[in-house]
Amino acid sequence: MGFFLTLVALVVTLAVTWRYLGSYMAAVFAGRVHFFAFVERPLYRLLGTDPTREQSWRRYGAAMIVFSGVSLVFTYAILRLQGSLPLNPQHLGAVSPALSFNTAVSFVTNTNWQNYAGETTMSYFSQIGALTVQQFVSPAVGIAVALVVVRGFSRRNAKTVGNFWVDITRCALYILLPVAFAFGLVFVAEGAVQTLGGPVNIHDVLNGVTQTIARGPIAFMESIKQFGTNGGGALNANSAAPFENPTGLTNFLSIYLLLAIPVALTYTFGKMVGSVRHGIALLSVMVLLFGALVGLTSYAEHQNNPAVAAAGVPSSIGNTEGKEVRFGDTSSALFAVASTSTSTGSSNSSYDSFTPLGGLGLLTGMMMGEVTPGGAGSGLYTLLLYAIIAVFIGGLMIGRTPEYLGKKIQSREVKLSGLGALVMPVVVLVLTALAVSLAAGRAGPLNAGPHGFTEILYSLTSQGNNNGSAMAGLSGNSPFYNVVGAIAMLLGRFAIIIPALALGGSLAAKDVVPESLGTFRTDNAMFVGLTVAVVVIIGGLTFFPAVSLGPVVEQLSHGRFFP
Amino acid sequence: MRPTEKQRSEDSTRAVARSRALLDRTVLVPALRDAIRKFNPVNQVRNPVMFVVLVGSFISLIEAVAHPGTFTWSITVWLFLTVLFANFAEAMAEGRGKAQADTLRKMRTDTAARRLLADGAEERVSAAELQRGDLVVCEPGDVIPSDGEIVEGIASVDESAITGESAPVIRESGGDRSAVTGGTKVLSDKIVVRITAERGQTFVDRMIALVEGANRQKTPNEIALTILLAVLTIVFIPVVVTLVPFAHYANSTVSVVVLVALLVCLIPTTIGALLSAIGIAGMDRLVQRNVLAMSGRAVEAAGDVQTLLLDKTGTITLGNRMAAAFHPVDGHDEYDVADVAQLASLADETPEGRSIVVLAKNRYDLRERPLDGEHTFVPFSATTRMSGLDLGGRSIRKGAGESVKRWVVQRGGSVPVDLDAIVERVSREGATPLVVADGTEILGVVELKDVVKLGIREKFDEMRRMGIRTIMITGDNPITAAAIAQEAGVDDFLAEATPEAKMALIKEQQRGGRLVAMTGDGTNDAPALAQADVGVAMNSGTSAAKEAGNMVDLDSNPTKLVDIVEIGKQLLITRGSLTTFSIANDVAKYFAIIPALFAATYPQLNALNVMHLHSPQSAVLSAVIFNALVIVALIPLALRGVRYRASGSASLLRRNVLIYGVGGVIVPFVFIKLIDLALVALHAY
Repeated sequence: MGFFLTLVALVVTLAVTWRYLGSYMAAVFAGRVHFFAFVERPLYRLLGTDPTREQSWRRYGAAMIVFSGVSLVFTYAILRLQGSLPLNPQHLGAVSPALSFNTAVSFVTNTNWQNYAGETTMSYFSQIGALTVQQFVSPAVGIAVALVVVRGFSRRNAKTVGNFWVDITRCALYILLPVAFAFGLVFVAEGAVQTLGGPVNIHDVLNGVTQTIARGPIAFMESIKQFGTNGGGALNANSAAPFENPTGLTNFLSIYLLLAIPVALTYTFGKMVGSVRHGIALLSVMVLLFGALVGLTSYAEHQNNPAVAAAGVPSSIGNTEGKEVRFGDTSSALFAVASTSTSTGSSNSSYDSFTPLGGLGLLTGMMMGEVTPGGAGSGLYTLLLYAIIAVFIGGLMIGRTPEYLGKKIQSREVKLSGLGALVMPVVVLVLTALAVSLAAGRAGPLNAGPHGFTEILYSLTSQGNNNGSAMAGLSGNSPFYNVVGAIAMLLGRFAIIIPALALGGSLAAKDVVPESLGTFRTDNAMFVGLTVAVVVIIGGLTFFPAVSLGPVVEQLSHGRFFP
Repeated sequence: MRPTEKQRSEDSTRAVARSRALLDRTVLVPALRDAIRKFNPVNQVRNPVMFVVLVGSFISLIEAVAHPGTFTWSITVWLFLTVLFANFAEAMAEGRGKAQADTLRKMRTDTAARRLLADGAEERVSAAELQRGDLVVCEPGDVIPSDGEIVEGIASVDESAITGESAPVIRESGGDRSAVTGGTKVLSDKIVVRITAERGQTFVDRMIALVEGANRQKTPNEIALTILLAVLTIVFIPVVVTLVPFAHYANSTVSVVVLVALLVCLIPTTIGALLSAIGIAGMDRLVQRNVLAMSGRAVEAAGDVQTLLLDKTGTITLGNRMAAAFHPVDGHDEYDVADVAQLASLADETPEGRSIVVLAKNRYDLRERPLDGEHTFVPFSATTRMSGLDLGGRSIRKGAGESVKRWVVQRGGSVPVDLDAIVERVSREGATPLVVADGTEILGVVELKDVVKLGIREKFDEMRRMGIRTIMITGDNPITAAAIAQEAGVDDFLAEATPEAKMALIKEQQRGGRLVAMTGDGTNDAPALAQADVGVAMNSGTSAAKEAGNMVDLDSNPTKLVDIVEIGKQLLITRGSLTTFSIANDVAKYFAIIPALFAATYPQLNALNVMHLHSPQSAVLSAVIFNALVIVALIPLALRGVRYRASGSASLLRRNVLIYGVGGVIVPFVFIKLIDLALVALHAY
């Protein structure tokens, strides 16, 4: 499919999804969907929770921490014990402690940063029982947190924000499982591999070599990999590998699936707070920034590589290095932007080979805090943190204690939103500084000069934003990067989730101020503009010095190599 | 009053109430001194943004001492100047208040009081010795020693010292006009006052504390903004500090001085420097309009008010009913009615009576005529409910319908058949009918209307555009109330209002999440004043009302509630706009400093030097100088407040985003370039 045709198809399918998946999710969270009640009810008994009892934000947060902690231990244990577990036709041994830790954190935090090659590291049991399980529950956790913040706006004078166990169960059972199953079938139909049969060895008589073809339970992992904004595939080449992403249709569906939930959640938000216009306003923020990034990156990737041109190679087909010929430059750019802007991090091309400007586009999507449209749930709650800051400044400018959806934005809300927005840049910058200062960190990048710096910055930006995409130039499977990366992922996830939950609790407890002509409108173009400005300032201004030493210098050097 | 005294009184009046010129020398010089004194770290630590600048200045100083050079010293000096300018802004705002406080303090000079003892004897004591509950006697020429309530007597009091109003006011025991303020002067008659406030707690004391900002506490929105500014400061510290390892990785080094300069330019110093000045100046603006807010919180709440409760009398209407029309009955014409009504009112000094004379003159050119021959005025009395004039053999009366009818019938006259219909119609329209009779004949009806104040309708329209609901409170019946409400353009009204009904209305509005503002003066207003989010007590009111409210209007002008709301809004708008401006400035500063920072290692980055600044050093210095000077340039704006025009939120926001957001991006590009050109012209670089 051509680039523009793909864009049009995406807009149309996402518009439909926005409306219908959005309202369906609202129905699910309101408890109006019951078709799996025969599973749901015993599950609650098993978890020992009373689905009618709601929790305060603290208890909700405690349940979330306990759940994530158990998930972490569980995932870590499977990876460490995989040698003695079934479904291991390659007889792969235990994953090393540092890598197991990094991987467990990575999948629990919805990051899916992979310091390993799946086909030579993970048994099928690990792929299914450890990683795919987390690909279902970690987006559910993200959506649950977003739900708490949304309930903060939709409730008044409320002490409780919902029941964590009920929210993640419903989310997994009624949204993630059925959709992932249906699209898994499509992936299988299109030719993605789904087998427990182990790799096959093929002897190429002509060339006299034996080739091992990796296989595995790929197709169904693929659909949840994208739909849950996870990004971690079974194979090292991720969506560039034909067994993961066999056709143009699956490539299109990959982009569609990873955008579906983050986009549709804005409708769910609008529906739950009783004003779809407010959902449209948030969606507009996402679309504007996303559109700018797609424009920038696809433009950059459509340009010739100046180094290649300087070497005398005539090139008029854009920057093709590291890209699948079947996808082309601009469509690969679209996939890459969609993947980096949604905290998915899957890839059908090599981001290390992008032009500096194209790479900057990918970095920017992450540096703005993954809100364009961001990960499942995390995109919405992070954007709401920014929106609150925008509302605060905008509200002051019209002379009122600022309100958002009738909720007064006071010092507690500003503190929590500020804290949530502050965490990511600080974590990314400080850990990057650590990596470039220590020998263990400096050993990582493949390239020297600004590009090497970009590789380090990219990896920590990706992990600090729970994106998981890699620039591929960095050797990340070292004890240093495994641990530092895990810290980035944990802080990037939970240090934002906790303030977000507290914010939800604080907002839910407030009364609603009736709207008047003097109220700062939060459903019009001006609000969208202000929120875009806040997102750009937090992302742009805080990372400007760092990126000017990486991709900016590189771009301005016009293909010059640095020794 | 002797001229000298009058002179003095007027001077002090002006000193308290007038709006000071921005660059008043009496404020400017002490402010400069205070600005230096404020370098005290204890003072600085309260403001996280400026504290970071101060720490940065010292780091830069150490560098400058270790590696002296024109550049490092220039940067260091300008960083210290940045702190100084911030201190100066605050000192200016405080200085204006201090000058007012000094004037007030003069009023408090120790006066002697005549304390009344239990046995009826008097003793002379110093005002400072008075206790609550003491009784003191004041006679003409005495300064009332402390706040109190008149328990005996009636007096005219000169309150110009605190209100600025030179006309004396009447204060009397009992009722709603019994409160007196310490420092005001009795002009006539003798009164006995029960002291209600001791030294240090009086109204003037509170006023002094207020204008000086002595116990100024940060208001809720100010706290929230301080948090946001702290976040924006904290986030830029790692941004700048991590540049050291990043540069090192690129085999480059960055100068500490330049890093400090970058940090100071990035953190929101403009708003950080002006924040407290804005708050102090906001209170000051209220004081200049003769309103005392007991807390900054109340001023902020005023900006948030969504419902205004306004008393009809005195606020919406002039307070007196005025003649509006003459309605003839029984074949007479309007001229006859006007003629007789005017005669009946010639001696009537009540506002209603005067208004009849005025209307007759305006309509029929009936001049006030000299009354020849024998005549006696018949004043209004509660029993007769009429007034009039006996002129020769003629008896002319005007008064309540039933009374005049009875009077005419008693004298053998008859009641015209169409009278009742007209009386009823006039009543229904919310006006008061006055029946006019000449001897045995009833001539017609004078329609007295509550006259809505000029321009009040426009004010209410303005309020509506600001999203504020106005509710009129009146003791009138619903029909009258509805008519006046319609004419004045209020959104709603509460008729036949009792204190309980008023209270219930406030609570109902608050339950809906609205903030309510009201004015009041009577003791029975006190509970409602306390319940309202913004309760403005009239200075002429009882001390109970003044205690209950969180603001006092010295002019006792209930319409001022509207001004108070505007000042509250203006305060927030000024903060919001300068915050936006401050953040927007960062863009240009980046383009100035980042290319300069890595000029040696990555000359390619000079492509970002879109302003074509002369050299890396001049670029950094220009940015720092701009950052410092912009504080000084915005002091007048911070003190005066951003211009506020009542309009809907959308147009207001559009305007402020355009000026302070978009303008905030563009302005520094222009001025940093100009400063750079100036530095080059001066051969500094």
